[in-house]
Amino acid sequence: MFYRENGQFKTSYRADQQILPIRQDRLLMAGLLVVAYLVVPWVASDYLLRAIILPFLILSLAAIGLNLLVGYCGQISLGHAAFMAVGAYAAYNLAVRVPGMNFLLVLLLAGVCAALVGALFGIPSLRIKGLYLAVATLAAQFFIDWMFARVKWFTNYASSGSVSTATVELFGWKIETPAEKYLFLLSVVSVLALAAKNLVRSHIGRSWMATRDMDVAAEVIGIRPVYAKLTAFAVSAFYVGVAGALWGFMHLGAWEPAAFGINVSLNLLFMIIIGGMGSILGSFFGAFFITVLPILLAQVPAMLGFNLSVETGSHLELMIFGALIVFFLIVEPHGLARLWAIGKEKLRLWPFPH
Amino acid sequence: MKKNWPVYTLGALLAAGLIAPLASGAAAPGFWLEVLIGGLMAGVLYSLVALGFALIFKASGVFNFAQGAMVLFAALSLARLSEAMPLWAAFALSALIMVVFAWLVERLVLRALVNQEGVTLLMATLGISYFLDGFGQSLWGSDIYKIDLGISKDPTIILESVFQGGILISKEDLVATVIAAALVAFLAVFFQKTATGRALRAVADDHQAAQSIGIPLNHIWVIVWSVAGVVALVAGMVWGSKLGVQFSLQQVALKALPVVILGGFTSVPGAIAGGLIIGVGEKMAEVFFGPVLVKAFDLAGGGIENWFAYMLALIFLLVRPEGLFGERHIDRV
Repeated sequence: MFYRENGQFKTSYRADQQILPIRQDRLLMAGLLVVAYLVVPWVASDYLLRAIILPFLILSLAAIGLNLLVGYCGQISLGHAAFMAVGAYAAYNLAVRVPGMNFLLVLLLAGVCAALVGALFGIPSLRIKGLYLAVATLAAQFFIDWMFARVKWFTNYASSGSVSTATVELFGWKIETPAEKYLFLLSVVSVLALAAKNLVRSHIGRSWMATRDMDVAAEVIGIRPVYAKLTAFAVSAFYVGVAGALWGFMHLGAWEPAAFGINVSLNLLFMIIIGGMGSILGSFFGAFFITVLPILLAQVPAMLGFNLSVETGSHLELMIFGALIVFFLIVEPHGLARLWAIGKEKLRLWPFPH
Repeated sequence: MKKNWPVYTLGALLAAGLIAPLASGAAAPGFWLEVLIGGLMAGVLYSLVALGFALIFKASGVFNFAQGAMVLFAALSLARLSEAMPLWAAFALSALIMVVFAWLVERLVLRALVNQEGVTLLMATLGISYFLDGFGQSLWGSDIYKIDLGISKDPTIILESVFQGGILISKEDLVATVIAAALVAFLAVFFQKTATGRALRAVADDHQAAQSIGIPLNHIWVIVWSVAGVVALVAGMVWGSKLGVQFSLQQVALKALPVVILGGFTSVPGAIAGGLIIGVGEKMAEVFFGPVLVKAFDLAGGGIENWFAYMLALIFLLVRPEGLFGERHIDRV
């Protein structure tokens, strides 16, 4: 009744091709941004920000990055946490070795470093396809994990191998409290998410999707697979690298190489599968789901009055997490983004089904 | 055959790397041989885990990430059951448990996910692996358990007359090798000679064609997951008696991934050959190449065996994308 496009006529190509063609969607998005910028920082408690919202934002960015590669270009990667690590350590080294560098520049360069490494490890994708590639990307994961643990230069010769970051300062603004971090992250994530959305609508994004759908056919119609695959790897690693730098500086503060292990890679993959492959919105859904689920699983038994030991609790958590993932894959293999699309479609017809 | 020169080059390089420590005099022949044998035995154990992967991928096209969790779960069951009963009974009971598990997986997961993409199935097996980890540890406990195969762990020294100091060989490793060889032989006979084996191979070749001549896919899946479960049990038994049954067993199983891609996903001989190559390469690299790296780049310790297998597999795939024994496929539009 309220959500339909009757009477919204498009009189220019510009209007026809905008990201949110329906006015109600635009209003919803504007409202969401207003709430996110003006209401959330005041209302949300520090705990809520620190435990859920900050990780959610950063992981959404990482999930978008992985989604560009897996969802749009069809190249599976099990090693994306390694690119997060590259971003984080690049940012750390830039911040330590070049004092006074603007943090935005640090982020950008960290992303570029990750993109270069990503393109390097993307080269096998030109020869290897599908699940073979998935296992091959594990090489990136384990090699980079090892490299940051062993090569002392990267950790600035810290004896314990762990690094810690100073407070981030941006144009004289000290980003210290969770609310400030939240505002900064929100800005970065919104800009990059918008960029990603536009990227996948451009000729690059279309060449990725053509490669994903059938690479031989894409090659026949004139898409260079080398170019498509390597740009996908580079852009994806750029996003993930920026997310890694943010994860290190804004969320962890101090970390060691184990912070970017294979479990993180797998979690990122879960996010895009549960959220929806080939959907920017889905990346947000997936990141939210994976961030909130463990916290819920840890809290629910206590709320219901069960007194579980820590060990039993963590085992139960594993079981429920695994079972839920299988359940989700069976019920909706196209992810939460598909559910959202179905919901919108239903809403357009409501209350008359025809 | 003209196009095969990269494979030969790579093979020659590997062989050169293998001989180099011996030729350059960096290692005594006895020590070199000892490392080689150690690598071969580790390789046999990798092959055991890799076999499970290859079997399941061959018959159902599922890349089974849960194989590691299956190994751990099977080893846990065996270790805990053997505390209450003799080893053979515990083994039989654990095998039964793995069969029930296979049936449940087919019933609850695979059947609902027919015709999904490879990556979705991969994720489903990841979910299974999480579940199995949690389930196994809450059912059997999460301490370190022992499996006692009744073999002495003392190393024996052989060939003392040929090399100075002889060569150390652990009897346990020898038994493991024999078990692995027996298992492989049994599987080969099972696949080639029995009616079920023929059905399995038919399914592996072409799902639809197999179904159309009346082979029930669901049964085949249960069978193949059961066989993979029993293979996991054997692997878990051998690994477990060597390292103790604990969570880190899963990490060992992860090492089987480069083995399967090196050998080719669908190939049983590939799993064996890949395991041996990776096992030897890894041990050689760790012992001889690692210290060189550490010295050259001033590293904080070696540990290159964490990634060496993957890098080896990756380089290998660049040369031969379908693995050592994998089927070559031609893309058509």
